[in-house]
Amino acid sequence: MSSIELRSVSRWYGNVVAINDITMTMGPGVTGLLGPNGAGKSTLLHLISGFLEPSRGELTVGGAASWRNPGIYRTLGLVPERPAVYAFLTGLEFVRATARLHKLPDPDRAAERSIAIVEMAAAQDRKIGTYSKGMRQRIKVAAALVHDPEVLLLDEPFNGMDPRQRLHMMDLLETLGDEGRTILFSSHILEEVERLSGTIQVIVAGRLAASGDFRAIRRLMTSRPHVFLVRTSDDRRLGAALIGRPSVTGVEMSGRGLQVKASDYGAFSREIAGLTREQGIQLRELLPEDESLESVFAYLVEQ
Amino acid sequence: MFSVQARTVASITLRATMGRRRALVFAIPPVILVLVSVLLKAANPEHADWQGHILGGFGLAVVLPLTALIIGTSVLGAEVDDGSVVHLLATPVPRSTVVLAKFAVGAGLTMIFAAVPELLAGLIATGGVTRLAVGVFAGALVGSVVYNAVFVMISVLTTRAIAVGLLYLLVWESLLSNVVSGVRVLSVEQYSLGVANSIARDGNLNAHLGLAAAVILGALVTAVTLGLAVRRLAAFSLKGDAV
Repeated sequence: MSSIELRSVSRWYGNVVAINDITMTMGPGVTGLLGPNGAGKSTLLHLISGFLEPSRGELTVGGAASWRNPGIYRTLGLVPERPAVYAFLTGLEFVRATARLHKLPDPDRAAERSIAIVEMAAAQDRKIGTYSKGMRQRIKVAAALVHDPEVLLLDEPFNGMDPRQRLHMMDLLETLGDEGRTILFSSHILEEVERLSGTIQVIVAGRLAASGDFRAIRRLMTSRPHVFLVRTSDDRRLGAALIGRPSVTGVEMSGRGLQVKASDYGAFSREIAGLTREQGIQLRELLPEDESLESVFAYLVEQ
Repeated sequence: MFSVQARTVASITLRATMGRRRALVFAIPPVILVLVSVLLKAANPEHADWQGHILGGFGLAVVLPLTALIIGTSVLGAEVDDGSVVHLLATPVPRSTVVLAKFAVGAGLTMIFAAVPELLAGLIATGGVTRLAVGVFAGALVGSVVYNAVFVMISVLTTRAIAVGLLYLLVWESLLSNVVSGVRVLSVEQYSLGVANSIARDGNLNAHLGLAAAVILGALVTAVTLGLAVRRLAAFSLKGDAV
Protein backbone atom coordinates (compact mmCIF):
# COMPACT_ATOMS: atom_id res chain seq x y z
CA MET A 1 0.00 0.00 0.00
CA SER A 2 1.45 3.36 -0.97
CA SER A 3 1.28 6.37 1.24
CA ILE A 4 2.48 9.91 0.72
CA GLU A 5 4.73 11.34 3.41
CA LEU A 6 6.04 14.85 3.78
CA ARG A 7 8.41 15.81 6.57
CA SER A 8 9.11 19.53 7.04
CA VAL A 9 8.88 20.17 3.30
CA SER A 10 9.47 23.72 2.11
CA ARG A 11 9.83 25.14 -1.35
CA TRP A 12 10.87 28.66 -2.14
CA TYR A 13 11.61 30.68 -5.26
CA GLY A 14 14.24 33.27 -4.42
CA ASN A 15 12.75 35.19 -1.50
CA VAL A 16 9.21 33.93 -2.06
CA VAL A 17 8.16 30.97 0.07
CA ALA A 18 5.60 28.88 -1.83
CA ILE A 19 5.41 25.95 0.61
CA ASN A 20 6.33 26.50 4.21
CA ASP A 21 7.42 23.61 6.44
CA ILE A 22 4.63 21.15 5.73
CA THR A 23 4.50 17.79 7.47
CA MET A 24 1.69 15.41 6.57
CA THR A 25 0.93 11.79 5.80
CA MET A 26 -1.76 10.57 3.45
CA GLY A 27 -2.81 6.95 3.21
CA PRO A 28 -5.45 4.97 1.31
CA GLY A 29 -8.75 6.72 0.70
CA VAL A 30 -9.69 10.10 -0.73
CA THR A 31 -8.00 13.19 0.67
CA GLY A 32 -8.96 16.69 -0.42
CA LEU A 33 -6.37 19.42 -0.64
CA LEU A 34 -8.30 22.60 -0.03
CA GLY A 35 -7.15 26.18 -0.24
CA PRO A 36 -7.74 29.47 -2.02
CA ASN A 37 -6.16 30.16 -5.42
CA GLY A 38 -2.43 30.77 -5.14
CA ALA A 39 -2.20 29.06 -1.72
CA GLY A 40 0.35 26.50 -2.89
CA LYS A 41 -1.87 23.52 -3.73
CA SER A 42 -0.40 23.02 -7.20
CA THR A 43 3.12 23.55 -5.91
CA LEU A 44 2.50 20.85 -3.32
CA LEU A 45 1.12 18.44 -5.93
CA HIS A 46 4.10 19.16 -8.19
CA LEU A 47 6.45 18.40 -5.29
CA ILE A 48 4.67 15.12 -4.50
CA SER A 49 4.54 14.08 -8.17
CA GLY A 50 8.28 14.65 -8.70
CA PHE A 51 7.94 17.73 -10.89
CA LEU A 52 9.54 20.07 -8.39
CA GLU A 53 12.48 19.68 -6.06
CA PRO A 54 11.85 20.44 -2.39
CA SER A 55 14.09 23.26 -1.15
CA ARG A 56 14.12 21.56 2.23
CA GLY A 57 12.62 18.50 3.91
CA GLU A 58 11.88 14.95 2.90
CA LEU A 59 9.12 13.75 0.61
CA THR A 60 8.34 10.14 -0.28
CA VAL A 61 5.64 8.27 -2.18
CA GLY A 62 5.44 4.60 -1.22
CA GLY A 63 8.73 5.02 0.62
CA ALA A 64 10.68 6.34 -2.40
CA ALA A 65 11.69 9.94 -3.08
CA SER A 66 9.78 11.28 -6.07
CA TRP A 67 12.24 13.93 -7.30
CA ARG A 68 14.43 12.68 -10.20
CA ASN A 69 12.89 9.23 -9.91
CA PRO A 70 10.84 8.28 -13.02
CA GLY A 71 10.35 4.80 -11.49
CA ILE A 72 7.85 6.39 -9.11
CA TYR A 73 5.34 6.62 -11.96
CA ARG A 74 4.86 2.85 -11.93
CA THR A 75 2.74 3.33 -8.82
CA LEU A 76 1.70 6.96 -9.27
CA GLY A 77 -0.75 8.56 -11.71
CA LEU A 78 -0.92 12.32 -12.24
CA VAL A 79 -3.72 14.43 -13.70
CA PRO A 80 -2.17 17.89 -14.15
CA GLU A 81 -4.30 21.02 -14.15
CA ARG A 82 -2.89 22.44 -17.36
CA PRO A 83 -5.26 21.80 -20.24
CA ALA A 84 -2.45 21.04 -22.72
CA VAL A 85 -2.86 17.54 -24.11
CA TYR A 86 -1.81 16.14 -27.47
CA ALA A 87 -4.73 17.69 -29.38
CA PHE A 88 -3.84 15.89 -32.62
CA LEU A 89 -4.30 12.42 -31.09
CA THR A 90 -7.65 10.74 -30.57
CA GLY A 91 -8.62 9.91 -27.00
CA LEU A 92 -7.89 6.25 -27.59
CA GLU A 93 -4.50 6.96 -29.21
CA PHE A 94 -3.50 9.15 -26.26
CA VAL A 95 -4.44 6.60 -23.60
CA ARG A 96 -2.92 3.72 -25.61
CA ALA A 97 0.33 5.68 -26.09
CA THR A 98 0.45 6.24 -22.31
CA ALA A 99 -0.06 2.48 -21.80
CA ARG A 100 2.89 1.81 -24.15
CA LEU A 101 5.05 4.33 -22.30
CA HIS A 102 4.29 2.29 -19.16
CA LYS A 103 5.32 -0.84 -21.09
CA LEU A 104 2.04 -2.57 -20.21
CA PRO A 105 1.76 -6.11 -21.63
CA ASP A 106 -1.56 -5.42 -23.39
CA PRO A 107 -1.82 -1.66 -24.09
CA ASP A 108 -5.02 -1.99 -26.13
CA ARG A 109 -6.93 -3.73 -23.36
CA ALA A 110 -5.55 -1.43 -20.68
CA ALA A 111 -6.61 1.63 -22.72
CA GLU A 112 -10.06 0.18 -23.36
CA ARG A 113 -10.57 -0.57 -19.65
CA SER A 114 -9.37 2.84 -18.56
CA ILE A 115 -11.53 4.70 -21.10
CA ALA A 116 -14.56 2.68 -19.99
CA ILE A 117 -13.94 3.72 -16.37
CA VAL A 118 -14.23 7.41 -17.28
CA GLU A 119 -17.13 6.73 -19.68
CA MET A 120 -15.37 8.11 -22.74
CA ALA A 121 -15.78 5.13 -25.07
CA ALA A 122 -18.28 6.95 -27.29
CA ALA A 123 -15.82 9.80 -27.97
CA GLN A 124 -12.57 7.78 -27.96
CA ASP A 125 -12.07 7.99 -31.74
CA ARG A 126 -12.44 11.76 -31.87
CA LYS A 127 -9.37 14.03 -31.79
CA ILE A 128 -8.73 15.47 -28.32
CA GLY A 129 -8.65 18.92 -29.95
CA THR A 130 -12.43 18.62 -30.47
CA TYR A 131 -13.17 17.69 -26.81
CA SER A 132 -14.83 19.98 -24.28
CA LYS A 133 -12.82 20.92 -21.18
CA GLY A 134 -14.63 18.31 -19.12
CA MET A 135 -13.95 15.59 -21.70
CA ARG A 136 -10.26 16.50 -21.80
CA GLN A 137 -10.18 16.25 -18.06
CA ARG A 138 -11.71 12.78 -18.19
CA ILE A 139 -9.36 11.52 -20.90
CA LYS A 140 -6.44 12.78 -18.79
CA VAL A 141 -7.82 10.77 -15.87
CA ALA A 142 -8.08 7.72 -18.15
CA ALA A 143 -4.41 8.13 -19.11
CA ALA A 144 -3.41 8.54 -15.46
CA LEU A 145 -5.32 5.37 -14.54
CA VAL A 146 -4.16 3.21 -17.42
CA HIS A 147 -1.45 1.45 -15.39
CA ASP A 148 -3.74 0.93 -12.40
CA PRO A 149 -1.70 3.12 -10.00
CA GLU A 150 -1.87 2.86 -6.22
CA VAL A 151 -1.55 6.63 -5.86
CA LEU A 152 -3.51 9.11 -7.96
CA LEU A 153 -2.90 12.86 -7.80
CA LEU A 154 -5.39 15.22 -9.41
CA ASP A 155 -4.93 18.99 -9.67
CA GLU A 156 -8.33 20.74 -9.72
CA PRO A 157 -9.99 17.76 -11.45
CA PHE A 158 -13.50 19.25 -11.53
CA ASN A 159 -12.59 22.43 -13.39
CA GLY A 160 -14.65 22.80 -16.54
CA MET A 161 -16.93 19.85 -15.83
CA ASP A 162 -20.70 20.11 -15.98
CA PRO A 163 -22.66 18.96 -12.89
CA ARG A 164 -23.31 15.46 -14.25
CA GLN A 165 -19.65 14.91 -15.16
CA ARG A 166 -18.67 16.31 -11.78
CA LEU A 167 -20.88 13.81 -9.94
CA HIS A 168 -19.58 10.98 -12.06
CA MET A 169 -15.98 11.95 -11.37
CA MET A 170 -16.72 12.19 -7.65
CA ASP A 171 -18.24 8.69 -7.68
CA LEU A 172 -15.22 7.42 -9.58
CA LEU A 173 -12.74 8.90 -7.12
CA GLU A 174 -14.79 7.55 -4.23
CA THR A 175 -14.73 4.04 -5.72
CA LEU A 176 -10.98 4.25 -6.35
CA GLY A 177 -10.47 5.35 -2.76
CA ASP A 178 -12.67 2.53 -1.44
CA GLU A 179 -10.53 0.08 -3.42
CA GLY A 180 -7.61 1.05 -1.22
CA ARG A 181 -5.87 3.56 -3.45
CA THR A 182 -4.42 6.79 -2.14
CA ILE A 183 -6.30 9.57 -3.93
CA LEU A 184 -5.26 13.18 -3.41
CA PHE A 185 -7.10 15.94 -5.25
CA SER A 186 -6.88 19.71 -4.96
CA SER A 187 -9.77 22.12 -5.04
CA HIS A 188 -10.61 25.67 -4.05
CA ILE A 189 -14.32 24.83 -3.80
CA LEU A 190 -15.51 23.80 -0.37
CA GLU A 191 -18.55 21.87 -1.58
CA GLU A 192 -16.47 19.61 -3.83
CA VAL A 193 -14.28 18.58 -0.95
CA GLU A 194 -17.23 18.25 1.40
CA ARG A 195 -19.05 15.88 -0.93
CA LEU A 196 -16.05 13.71 -1.59
CA SER A 197 -13.56 13.39 1.18
CA GLY A 198 -13.63 12.56 4.84
CA THR A 199 -10.10 13.80 5.31
CA ILE A 200 -8.86 17.18 4.19
CA GLN A 201 -5.68 19.16 4.26
CA VAL A 202 -6.20 22.91 4.17
CA ILE A 203 -3.39 24.96 2.67
CA VAL A 204 -3.27 28.72 3.12
CA ALA A 205 -0.36 30.89 1.99
CA GLY A 206 1.91 27.85 1.70
CA ARG A 207 1.19 26.59 5.20
CA LEU A 208 -0.84 23.66 6.41
CA ALA A 209 -3.72 25.51 8.11
CA ALA A 210 -5.85 22.56 9.13
CA SER A 211 -5.69 18.85 8.73
CA GLY A 212 -7.99 15.97 9.53
CA ASP A 213 -11.68 15.11 9.53
CA PHE A 214 -13.72 17.32 7.25
CA ARG A 215 -16.72 17.62 9.59
CA ALA A 216 -14.61 18.96 12.45
CA ILE A 217 -12.99 21.54 10.19
CA ARG A 218 -16.35 22.47 8.70
CA ARG A 219 -17.72 23.11 12.21
CA LEU A 220 -14.76 25.34 12.90
CA MET A 221 -15.49 27.22 9.69
CA THR A 222 -19.20 27.81 10.38
CA SER A 223 -18.80 28.69 14.05
CA ARG A 224 -16.27 31.44 13.35
CA PRO A 225 -17.34 35.07 14.06
CA HIS A 226 -19.00 36.73 11.08
CA VAL A 227 -18.86 40.44 10.31
CA PHE A 228 -21.89 42.28 8.95
CA LEU A 229 -22.35 45.85 7.80
CA VAL A 230 -25.76 47.17 8.87
CA ARG A 231 -27.26 50.48 7.73
CA THR A 232 -30.43 51.67 9.40
CA SER A 233 -32.37 54.85 10.17
CA ASP A 234 -30.74 54.92 13.66
CA ASP A 235 -27.45 53.04 13.81
CA ARG A 236 -26.53 54.17 17.34
CA ARG A 237 -29.77 52.93 18.94
CA LEU A 238 -29.61 49.61 17.11
CA GLY A 239 -25.98 49.24 18.20
CA ALA A 240 -26.98 49.69 21.85
CA ALA A 241 -29.70 47.06 21.48
CA LEU A 242 -27.47 44.61 19.60
CA ILE A 243 -24.70 44.59 22.17
CA GLY A 244 -27.11 43.07 24.70
CA ARG A 245 -27.69 40.00 22.49
CA PRO A 246 -25.65 36.83 23.12
CA SER A 247 -25.15 36.19 19.36
CA VAL A 248 -23.31 39.53 19.01
CA THR A 249 -19.72 39.89 20.21
CA GLY A 250 -18.92 43.40 19.07
CA VAL A 251 -20.39 46.55 17.54
CA GLU A 252 -18.52 49.43 15.93
CA MET A 253 -19.80 52.68 14.46
CA SER A 254 -18.17 53.57 11.18
CA GLY A 255 -18.73 56.11 8.44
CA ARG A 256 -20.31 53.42 6.28
CA GLY A 257 -22.75 52.20 8.96
CA LEU A 258 -22.71 49.79 11.85
CA GLN A 259 -20.16 47.01 11.83
CA VAL A 260 -21.46 44.02 13.79
CA LYS A 261 -19.44 40.97 14.82
CA ALA A 262 -21.70 37.96 15.32
CA SER A 263 -20.53 34.75 16.96
CA ASP A 264 -23.50 32.79 15.63
CA TYR A 265 -24.29 33.38 11.96
CA GLY A 266 -27.75 31.70 12.04
CA ALA A 267 -29.01 33.27 15.28
CA PHE A 268 -27.91 36.77 14.26
CA SER A 269 -29.53 36.48 10.81
CA ARG A 270 -32.82 35.43 12.44
CA GLU A 271 -32.78 38.07 15.19
CA ILE A 272 -31.83 41.21 13.33
CA ALA A 273 -35.16 41.71 11.53
CA GLY A 274 -37.26 41.24 14.70
CA LEU A 275 -34.98 43.50 16.71
CA THR A 276 -35.22 46.43 14.27
CA ARG A 277 -39.02 46.03 14.18
CA GLU A 278 -39.18 46.04 17.99
CA GLN A 279 -37.08 49.19 18.18
CA GLY A 280 -39.00 50.93 15.40
CA ILE A 281 -35.82 51.27 13.36
CA GLN A 282 -35.84 51.06 9.59
CA LEU A 283 -33.36 48.44 8.28
CA ARG A 284 -31.88 49.73 5.02
CA GLU A 285 -29.01 47.38 4.29
CA LEU A 286 -27.49 44.19 5.73
CA LEU A 287 -24.28 42.99 4.12
CA PRO A 288 -22.04 40.07 5.17
CA GLU A 289 -18.54 41.54 5.00
CA ASP A 290 -16.20 38.55 5.05
CA GLU A 291 -17.81 35.73 3.11
CA SER A 292 -14.90 35.16 0.76
CA LEU A 293 -13.21 31.78 0.99
CA GLU A 294 -9.96 33.63 1.71
CA SER A 295 -11.39 35.07 4.93
CA VAL A 296 -12.61 31.61 5.98
CA PHE A 297 -9.13 30.23 5.43
CA ALA A 298 -7.52 33.20 7.15
CA TYR A 299 -9.66 32.45 10.20
CA LEU A 300 -8.54 28.82 10.16
CA VAL A 301 -4.90 29.91 10.13
CA GLU A 302 -5.51 32.03 13.24
CA GLN A 303 -7.01 29.07 15.11
CA MET B 1 15.83 -2.61 -32.18
CA PHE B 2 14.05 0.33 -30.54
CA SER B 3 12.01 -0.08 -27.39
CA VAL B 4 8.25 0.32 -27.46
CA GLN B 5 8.74 3.47 -25.39
CA ALA B 6 11.18 5.00 -27.92
CA ARG B 7 8.85 4.14 -30.81
CA THR B 8 5.88 5.68 -29.00
CA VAL B 9 7.77 8.90 -28.22
CA ALA B 10 9.02 9.09 -31.81
CA SER B 11 5.58 8.51 -33.28
CA ILE B 12 3.94 11.21 -31.12
CA THR B 13 6.80 13.59 -31.97
CA LEU B 14 6.53 12.95 -35.69
CA ARG B 15 2.80 13.59 -35.69
CA ALA B 16 3.17 16.69 -33.54
CA THR B 17 5.95 18.16 -35.68
CA MET B 18 4.41 17.43 -39.07
CA GLY B 19 0.92 18.34 -37.91
CA ARG B 20 1.77 21.89 -37.05
CA ARG B 21 1.52 24.64 -39.64
CA ARG B 22 5.20 25.30 -39.25
CA ALA B 23 5.80 22.03 -41.16
CA LEU B 24 5.11 24.13 -44.26
CA VAL B 25 7.91 26.46 -43.21
CA PHE B 26 10.39 23.54 -43.30
CA ALA B 27 9.87 23.27 -47.05
CA ILE B 28 10.54 26.91 -47.94
CA PRO B 29 14.37 27.13 -47.64
CA PRO B 30 15.02 23.85 -49.54
CA VAL B 31 12.63 24.86 -52.33
CA ILE B 32 14.52 28.15 -52.68
CA LEU B 33 17.85 26.25 -52.81
CA VAL B 34 16.65 23.95 -55.60
CA LEU B 35 15.06 26.82 -57.54
CA VAL B 36 18.25 28.94 -57.32
CA SER B 37 20.29 25.97 -58.56
CA VAL B 38 17.93 25.46 -61.49
CA LEU B 39 18.02 29.16 -62.41
CA LEU B 40 21.81 29.47 -62.15
CA LYS B 41 22.29 26.28 -64.11
CA ALA B 42 20.03 27.66 -66.84
CA ALA B 43 21.86 31.01 -66.85
CA ASN B 44 25.46 29.66 -66.58
CA PRO B 45 25.51 26.10 -67.88
CA GLU B 46 29.32 26.08 -68.36
CA HIS B 47 30.72 28.33 -65.65
CA ALA B 48 31.39 26.10 -62.58
CA ASP B 49 32.46 28.63 -59.89
CA TRP B 50 28.99 29.31 -58.48
CA GLN B 51 28.29 25.66 -57.66
CA GLY B 52 30.57 25.45 -54.61
CA HIS B 53 29.43 28.88 -53.41
CA ILE B 54 25.74 28.06 -53.65
CA LEU B 55 25.92 24.50 -52.30
CA GLY B 56 28.29 25.42 -49.46
CA GLY B 57 27.68 29.12 -48.74
CA PHE B 58 23.91 28.91 -49.14
CA GLY B 59 22.97 25.21 -48.87
CA LEU B 60 25.18 24.15 -45.97
CA ALA B 61 25.56 27.55 -44.29
CA VAL B 62 21.97 28.89 -44.53
CA VAL B 63 19.35 26.33 -45.63
CA LEU B 64 20.62 23.45 -43.47
CA PRO B 65 20.98 25.36 -40.16
CA LEU B 66 17.68 27.23 -40.58
CA THR B 67 15.76 24.01 -41.29
CA ALA B 68 17.50 22.25 -38.40
CA LEU B 69 16.72 25.23 -36.14
CA ILE B 70 12.98 25.13 -36.87
CA ILE B 71 12.76 21.34 -36.56
CA GLY B 72 15.26 20.80 -33.72
CA THR B 73 13.70 23.39 -31.44
CA SER B 74 10.16 22.09 -32.01
CA VAL B 75 10.53 18.31 -31.52
CA LEU B 76 10.81 18.71 -27.75
CA GLY B 77 10.64 22.47 -27.19
CA ALA B 78 7.02 22.83 -28.32
CA GLU B 79 5.85 20.31 -25.72
CA VAL B 80 7.99 21.89 -23.01
CA ASP B 81 6.53 25.31 -23.86
CA ASP B 82 2.86 24.28 -23.74
CA GLY B 83 3.30 21.86 -20.82
CA SER B 84 2.04 18.76 -22.64
CA VAL B 85 5.44 17.13 -22.01
CA VAL B 86 4.14 16.38 -18.49
CA HIS B 87 2.01 13.57 -19.92
CA LEU B 88 5.17 12.04 -21.35
CA LEU B 89 7.29 12.60 -18.26
CA ALA B 90 4.67 11.30 -15.79
CA THR B 91 5.55 7.80 -16.99
CA PRO B 92 8.57 5.64 -16.15
CA VAL B 93 10.20 6.33 -19.55
CA PRO B 94 13.94 6.97 -19.09
CA ARG B 95 14.62 10.64 -19.86
CA SER B 96 17.45 9.55 -22.17
CA THR B 97 14.88 7.64 -24.27
CA VAL B 98 12.74 10.78 -24.57
CA VAL B 99 15.68 12.95 -25.66
CA LEU B 100 17.17 10.38 -28.05
CA ALA B 101 13.84 9.54 -29.70
CA LYS B 102 13.07 13.22 -30.23
CA PHE B 103 16.59 13.92 -31.47
CA ALA B 104 16.31 11.00 -33.93
CA VAL B 105 13.05 12.36 -35.32
CA GLY B 106 14.54 15.85 -35.61
CA ALA B 107 17.69 14.63 -37.35
CA GLY B 108 15.67 12.40 -39.71
CA LEU B 109 13.28 15.19 -40.68
CA THR B 110 16.18 17.60 -41.22
CA MET B 111 17.82 15.05 -43.51
CA ILE B 112 14.59 14.84 -45.53
CA PHE B 113 13.94 18.58 -45.63
CA ALA B 114 17.55 19.85 -45.99
CA ALA B 115 20.04 17.09 -46.88
CA VAL B 116 17.97 15.50 -49.67
CA PRO B 117 17.26 18.91 -51.31
CA GLU B 118 20.99 19.66 -50.97
CA LEU B 119 21.72 16.47 -52.93
CA LEU B 120 19.06 17.40 -55.48
CA ALA B 121 20.54 20.90 -55.85
CA GLY B 122 24.01 19.31 -56.20
CA LEU B 123 22.83 16.96 -58.93
CA ILE B 124 21.16 19.82 -60.81
CA ALA B 125 24.08 22.24 -60.36
CA THR B 126 26.83 19.82 -61.38
CA GLY B 127 24.77 17.92 -63.94
CA GLY B 128 25.05 14.44 -62.40
CA VAL B 129 26.49 12.30 -59.59
CA THR B 130 29.68 14.29 -59.02
CA ARG B 131 32.11 14.50 -56.08
CA LEU B 132 30.67 17.91 -55.19
CA ALA B 133 27.06 16.65 -55.16
CA VAL B 134 27.93 13.61 -53.02
CA GLY B 135 30.22 15.68 -50.78
CA VAL B 136 27.64 18.33 -49.90
CA PHE B 137 25.06 15.61 -49.31
CA ALA B 138 27.38 13.85 -46.84
CA GLY B 139 28.13 17.20 -45.17
CA ALA B 140 24.41 17.95 -44.88
CA LEU B 141 23.76 14.52 -43.31
CA VAL B 142 26.42 15.17 -40.66
CA GLY B 143 25.10 18.70 -40.10
CA SER B 144 21.53 17.39 -39.68
CA VAL B 145 22.72 15.21 -36.81
CA VAL B 146 24.92 17.72 -34.97
CA TYR B 147 22.63 20.75 -35.40
CA ASN B 148 19.66 18.80 -34.04
CA ALA B 149 21.58 17.70 -30.96
CA VAL B 150 22.50 21.35 -30.30
CA PHE B 151 18.98 22.71 -30.90
CA VAL B 152 17.25 19.97 -28.87
CA MET B 153 19.54 20.88 -25.97
CA ILE B 154 18.81 24.62 -26.36
CA SER B 155 15.05 23.91 -26.40
CA VAL B 156 15.28 22.14 -23.02
CA LEU B 157 17.44 24.91 -21.54
CA THR B 158 15.37 27.93 -22.55
CA THR B 159 11.86 28.82 -23.66
CA ARG B 160 13.39 31.24 -26.20
CA ALA B 161 15.05 28.45 -28.16
CA ILE B 162 14.55 29.93 -31.64
CA ALA B 163 16.02 33.29 -30.60
CA VAL B 164 19.00 31.67 -28.87
CA GLY B 165 19.52 29.31 -31.84
CA LEU B 166 19.43 32.23 -34.27
CA LEU B 167 21.95 34.12 -32.16
CA TYR B 168 24.26 31.10 -32.27
CA LEU B 169 23.92 30.87 -36.07
CA LEU B 170 24.26 34.58 -36.80
CA VAL B 171 26.80 35.66 -34.19
CA TRP B 172 28.89 32.54 -33.58
CA GLU B 173 28.85 30.76 -36.93
CA SER B 174 28.43 33.63 -39.41
CA LEU B 175 30.28 36.44 -37.69
CA LEU B 176 32.81 35.19 -35.14
CA SER B 177 33.99 32.09 -37.01
CA ASN B 178 34.96 34.31 -39.97
CA VAL B 179 37.01 36.60 -37.74
CA VAL B 180 38.40 34.34 -35.01
CA SER B 181 39.85 31.11 -36.36
CA GLY B 182 39.61 29.26 -33.02
CA VAL B 183 35.82 29.61 -33.05
CA ARG B 184 35.65 27.33 -36.10
CA VAL B 185 36.49 24.39 -33.87
CA LEU B 186 33.06 24.79 -32.27
CA SER B 187 31.09 25.58 -35.42
CA VAL B 188 28.66 22.95 -36.72
CA GLU B 189 28.76 24.63 -40.12
CA GLN B 190 32.49 23.91 -40.31
CA TYR B 191 31.89 20.22 -39.47
CA SER B 192 29.47 19.97 -42.42
CA LEU B 193 31.82 21.84 -44.73
CA GLY B 194 34.81 19.77 -43.55
CA VAL B 195 33.06 16.49 -44.36
CA ALA B 196 31.73 17.88 -47.65
CA ASN B 197 35.17 19.13 -48.72
CA SER B 198 36.89 15.85 -47.84
CA ILE B 199 34.88 14.27 -50.66
CA ALA B 200 34.36 17.23 -53.02
CA ARG B 201 37.83 18.85 -52.80
CA ASP B 202 36.37 22.21 -53.82
CA GLY B 203 38.03 25.39 -52.55
CA ASN B 204 34.80 27.34 -53.03
CA LEU B 205 33.24 25.41 -50.15
CA ASN B 206 35.43 27.51 -47.83
CA ALA B 207 36.08 24.59 -45.42
CA HIS B 208 38.59 25.11 -42.61
CA LEU B 209 38.56 21.69 -40.90
CA GLY B 210 39.81 18.32 -42.13
CA LEU B 211 37.69 15.17 -42.17
CA ALA B 212 39.05 13.69 -38.93
CA ALA B 213 38.68 16.93 -36.97
CA ALA B 214 35.16 17.51 -38.34
CA VAL B 215 33.96 13.99 -37.51
CA ILE B 216 35.54 13.78 -34.05
CA LEU B 217 34.44 17.25 -32.99
CA GLY B 218 30.96 16.69 -34.44
CA ALA B 219 30.57 13.44 -32.51
CA LEU B 220 31.84 15.11 -29.34
CA VAL B 221 29.47 18.07 -29.61
CA THR B 222 26.56 15.69 -30.32
CA ALA B 223 27.32 13.53 -27.28
CA VAL B 224 27.88 16.45 -24.91
CA THR B 225 24.79 18.43 -25.95
CA LEU B 226 22.51 15.36 -25.81
CA GLY B 227 23.95 14.45 -22.42
CA LEU B 228 23.18 17.96 -21.15
CA ALA B 229 19.64 17.76 -22.57
CA VAL B 230 19.01 14.46 -20.73
CA ARG B 231 20.35 15.93 -17.48
CA ARG B 232 18.17 18.97 -17.81
CA LEU B 233 15.03 17.01 -18.71
CA ALA B 234 15.55 14.73 -15.71
CA ALA B 235 15.18 17.84 -13.54
CA PHE B 236 12.18 19.18 -15.46
CA SER B 237 10.07 21.32 -13.11
CA LEU B 238 6.54 22.60 -13.31
CA LYS B 239 5.76 26.12 -12.19
CA GLY B 240 3.32 26.12 -9.30
CA ASP B 241 0.70 28.59 -8.14
CA ALA B 242 1.16 32.29 -8.71
CA VAL B 243 2.82 33.35 -5.49
